[in-house]
Amino acid sequence: MKPKPNDVILHTVTKLAAVIIFTFSIDLFWAGHHFPGGGFIGGLTTAAGIVLLYLSFDIERIQTNLPIDYKKMAALGVLISVATGMGGMIYGDNFLEQAFGYFDLPVFGETELATAVLFDIGVAFAVIGTAITIITSISEDEL
Amino acid sequence: MILSLVILTITILFNFYRVVKGPSSVDRVQALDAIGINLIAGTAIFSVYLDTHAFFELILLIGILSFIGTIAFARFIERGVVIERKR
Repeated sequence: MKPKPNDVILHTVTKLAAVIIFTFSIDLFWAGHHFPGGGFIGGLTTAAGIVLLYLSFDIERIQTNLPIDYKKMAALGVLISVATGMGGMIYGDNFLEQAFGYFDLPVFGETELATAVLFDIGVAFAVIGTAITIITSISEDEL
Repeated sequence: MILSLVILTITILFNFYRVVKGPSSVDRVQALDAIGINLIAGTAIFSVYLDTHAFFELILLIGILSFIGTIAFARFIERGVVIERKR
């Protein structure tokens, strides 16, 4: 019986750093239209934060506190991407045709809203699901 | 600025020597972490040189990935598994 390891420092740093990583991933996701970022890299950064949680704690605790089936998440992301890509075909345009406009929102002032964000949400879901599924299935080597 | 970039490159080469030659795996992990820090410094100096702020998110990203990689290597050296099923 191995002695129980003491990793108080790792748990404390993880609880702080995971919040920063998730916030940064959301910022990368929203910056993706005119600046570096987008759905793919935002999803990868979110996956990095979840992997940090998996590394610091164990699989069962994360699964009870964050009950997400990542295979279904990847499939849902691909479905969202294809469905929003076909949205342009309804109006007689090409596949993946996008539209944007400038709206006067109450708090933000004049903002640009684009339909490419919906496609990016699907891409982010697919990337998160695929990355976490690969990493958790690689880690189960002796089961 | 070019001189500091050259010095950082030489430092990364020395760290790479330690990664290849390192007597134990702890030395290799520490050298990889130092390479990550030198990459961050190089990116910062490069963004000063180009007079742009497009690389700041890249600096944060390199920091996060280097941190997670170091933690993963440390877990592997300490326990033998990277992600535990039940603690």
